[in-house]
Amino acid sequence: MLCNLVSIAERVGAVRIVATRGIPYPTGDPSLPPAEERAWRRALVERALKAIATAVTGPTQF
Amino acid sequence: MSRVVHYLNQFFAGLGGENAASTPPGVKPGPVGPGRKLQELLGTDHEIVATVYCGDDLAAASPEAMAAVLELVMQARPDIVLAGPASTSGRYGVACARVAAGAARAGIAAVASMHPENPGLDDAGAAVVIASGASVREMGASLERLAAAARKRLAGEAVTEADGRIGKVPRKNVLVDRNAASRAVDLLLARLQGKDAPAEVPIPHFDHVTPAPPVPDPAKATIALVTESGLVPVGNPGRLESARATRWLRYPIEGKATAAAGEYASVHGGYSTVWANQDPNRLLPLDVARELEREGAIGVLHGEYLVTTGNGTTVPNARRFGVEWAAELRRAGITAAILTAT
Repeated sequence: MLCNLVSIAERVGAVRIVATRGIPYPTGDPSLPPAEERAWRRALVERALKAIATAVTGPTQF
Repeated sequence: MSRVVHYLNQFFAGLGGENAASTPPGVKPGPVGPGRKLQELLGTDHEIVATVYCGDDLAAASPEAMAAVLELVMQARPDIVLAGPASTSGRYGVACARVAAGAARAGIAAVASMHPENPGLDDAGAAVVIASGASVREMGASLERLAAAARKRLAGEAVTEADGRIGKVPRKNVLVDRNAASRAVDLLLARLQGKDAPAEVPIPHFDHVTPAPPVPDPAKATIALVTESGLVPVGNPGRLESARATRWLRYPIEGKATAAAGEYASVHGGYSTVWANQDPNRLLPLDVARELEREGAIGVLHGEYLVTTGNGTTVPNARRFGVEWAAELRRAGITAAILTAT
């Protein structure tokens, strides 16, 4: 799960969490130039892939 | 005369809707918006001396903004801090709970108002939380309960479940005649007789989710993109709701290299969709997921994405969507999903 409000994600039991930079753009960051924003998005999805390949016992942030 | 400070979000402070959700913390003298009705209900013994506000995005996500909000609250020298009603608005509820918790930590009486399903409820710390209605349609009744609880709190009386209190209630030591063992047996006997006898301590309800086992190798897996961001094809052909969603939809992404602007847009009513509509990949990371598929880091990207709107959605509906999504993905042979949440 990619989201900004990590504490709420943990509380409702989301188990694999990747923190993002803003509520209205989980896989973006409009403050960056386009190429850097795309690199940031790619880094988030790579982190998500690492998360789904990792065993966890409860809410865990990646 | 007691001094009341009221906290509102940008919308109720009259500064704008989602376009103003990044409004920095500020203060206005006297009651504002729903604060005017609240002042009426509080009566002449209590005066709303200031209304502190902040945009929902900042208040919920930025600790610095919350610290600034609390500083403005304290500068107004409150005897009591009231926050909300926040109904089922998630970010607003989190903000109200944290404002009330911050005031309570500083030794100031505080009451927040929100719906029992608001995700902010658990952030209220030692502050009192009073149940509000689910939406602004019930604003009148919600303000009446908030005002009544505030008056009781200021009078030093206990605010209880009968006043609409929800959330954590601090424990109080009392002396009783009979020991815990005999009371426990009484409770057990009462329940064996089918009586609805309540426990002495509220039993916390943990929503335990059993983690799925890891995917051994994402490069060999089929992975789905799912989202609660309300992202749909422009024109919203499936009529997805902008709030209080009762259903979810699916749309094909097979062969698409990106979630293009002008092709997709969000109908979510709970955050500003300006940035997302400029580049829908900010909600559904299709461009980089496709790239990772091409490079072999993702085996196969599932041919459609699943979407709903997570905005004031009831817990039973949200739970049902989750169960249905899991069944749907399993049926399609998907081993993992990446969920983007706003």
